[in-house]
Amino acid sequence: MTLHGNLTRRRLPLAALAVLAGSATLAGCEVAPKVSQQNGYRGTGMDQIYISDSEIRDEVPAPPYELPPPGGQSAGEVYENVQVLSNVSVDEFNYLMAAITEWVAPEEGCAYCHNPANMASDEIYTKTVARSMIQMTQSANNNWSDHVGATGVTCWTCHRGNNIPEAVWTLPGEPQRGIVGNRNGQNEPVSNTAYSSLPQYAVARYLLGEVEPEDIRVVSTTMHPTPANTITTMETESSYALMMHMSDSLGVNCTYCHNSQSFSAWNISTPPRATAWHGIRMVRNLNGSYITPLQSIFPDNRLGPMGDPYKVNCTTCHQGQNKPMGGVQMVADYPALQSPPQSGWRPSQAAMDMIMGPAADDTQNGVEATD
Amino acid sequence: MALLSYERKYRVRGGTLIGGDLFDFWVGPFYVGFFGVVTAIFATLGTLLIFYAASQGPTWNPWLISIAPPDLSHGLGFAPLKEGGFWQVITVCAIISFTAWALREVEICRKLGMGYHVPVAFGVAIFAYVSLVVIRPVLLGGWHFGFPYGIFSHLDWVSNTGYQYLHFHYNPAHMLAVSFFFTTALALALHGSLVLSAVNPAPGEDVKSPEYEDTFFRDLIGYSIGTLGIHRLGLLLALNAGFWSAVCIIISGPLWTKGWPEWWTWWLNLPIWS
Repeated sequence: MTLHGNLTRRRLPLAALAVLAGSATLAGCEVAPKVSQQNGYRGTGMDQIYISDSEIRDEVPAPPYELPPPGGQSAGEVYENVQVLSNVSVDEFNYLMAAITEWVAPEEGCAYCHNPANMASDEIYTKTVARSMIQMTQSANNNWSDHVGATGVTCWTCHRGNNIPEAVWTLPGEPQRGIVGNRNGQNEPVSNTAYSSLPQYAVARYLLGEVEPEDIRVVSTTMHPTPANTITTMETESSYALMMHMSDSLGVNCTYCHNSQSFSAWNISTPPRATAWHGIRMVRNLNGSYITPLQSIFPDNRLGPMGDPYKVNCTTCHQGQNKPMGGVQMVADYPALQSPPQSGWRPSQAAMDMIMGPAADDTQNGVEATD
Repeated sequence: MALLSYERKYRVRGGTLIGGDLFDFWVGPFYVGFFGVVTAIFATLGTLLIFYAASQGPTWNPWLISIAPPDLSHGLGFAPLKEGGFWQVITVCAIISFTAWALREVEICRKLGMGYHVPVAFGVAIFAYVSLVVIRPVLLGGWHFGFPYGIFSHLDWVSNTGYQYLHFHYNPAHMLAVSFFFTTALALALHGSLVLSAVNPAPGEDVKSPEYEDTFFRDLIGYSIGTLGIHRLGLLLALNAGFWSAVCIIISGPLWTKGWPEWWTWWLNLPIWS
């Protein structure tokens, strides 16, 4: 009995250790049920495996009230200083304003953009920003249907009840000098690189105008460098980092779009790669035409360390789902957001007006708001 | 085939697991036994099926022949022969013949009164194969998830399956497996070179004893694992390489669906520094 007792006592810490190690290991696991999807010919490994409830359709805010029937006077006729929604009927205009308040400034209410004493006044900068954002939404729905499809986008797609969408980005600060503690813009596990060691700011490189989107493709077609192709292996890191950003923001893996037999070949890629191709160009256009031109009117607390406004990337809309909000077609309830942007108002001109006064010429060679 | 002079001593009767004396004989140098017959039948059947299935495919290019598992829609059921059924039957043949080969090793061990180290070691290799074509597919609910039988096609499968986790080198079990594979190669190279150096002395000198080998490593790194120990170490390293390889693919999908880099956030989020 004594011997047995001793053995038990001696083994207890071991057993406890085993249980501890086992549960620690399992804590790093996803034990929830999975669903899988086949994206290519059998045996090619072109598959997706998801946690079952990761692709649910989100609860989205219901419309403020029933959509008013079309017709009647337009907002431009009834209200003063309506710039980008003047063709919309006044009833639908009010309906849309109520919805936007709930989407973007549910706590601050109308006063987030308007002076309550004079709703027509442009004195609060957020009103100018909102005009540009409305045009941006209309442009995404009209000019980028290759990306947004029939699902479309609304303000909610990005804002989700916040003044500033949760997933936004700005240019990184001045590069760090010296070698001590200098990670050279990489080796920081952040969601933008899907927690890898890749460069963190690849998004800035490709989703602004710095390089042509074609340069995302870094796979050589010849064995040796040629004058036409001087891309180095360094560029592969940025390209890979952008792809990691896209994977992470869509909650998908590489084989959702690519067959790793050849990442660049279109004939063995999946259809979503074409959607993503348009998406990259759409994001570049939204940042370049609707957000960057507003730089001068944002207050300092709405700018990043390099003085640039918060910009859009894939996560801003997708937020972990390959179709934002699980594919809810929210825009169907808001016809005004589906119509093309009205001409006659440009973000760059409006920003200039706010700074210089309405008489100043638009000397910026800005991109046309309507593409 | 001629019988070596000492071989007769070890050709002992008995030790069979199944079949008694019926298959207890040798063909040339090869022990047959019940499991030898089973291996021969299923290895032949599986190989012929590979050739037949290849004949139904688009190419005879040996690099490109591929016998693919079924579509996901077949789940864990049977698929028509030309839609993955061949893959299923060939997989069954492979598992039976590999297992029978291991049991034939057991019978030989029993005849010779040896330990079962060799069949156990081979069993780990079988486990690694079964992980890929049975355990993981069953956990994921479809034979679809097995790898295809083809030279290029199985490499494509490995590549695509790895990229499903964005960066497979961050898989902790893959890290262990790779480390064990490299260490196995290092240990084998050290051991092989040490033995060859001891048995190839300068001209006119005697072959050196294990004491010399031990002294070499004591001089070099202060420790020698010894003549028996190096084989224990080699077995440990090699079995761990195969075992962690099996673990790294079983956990990919059934226990983790995101990128492997993200798995390490548990470390970053430890309350010590987060």
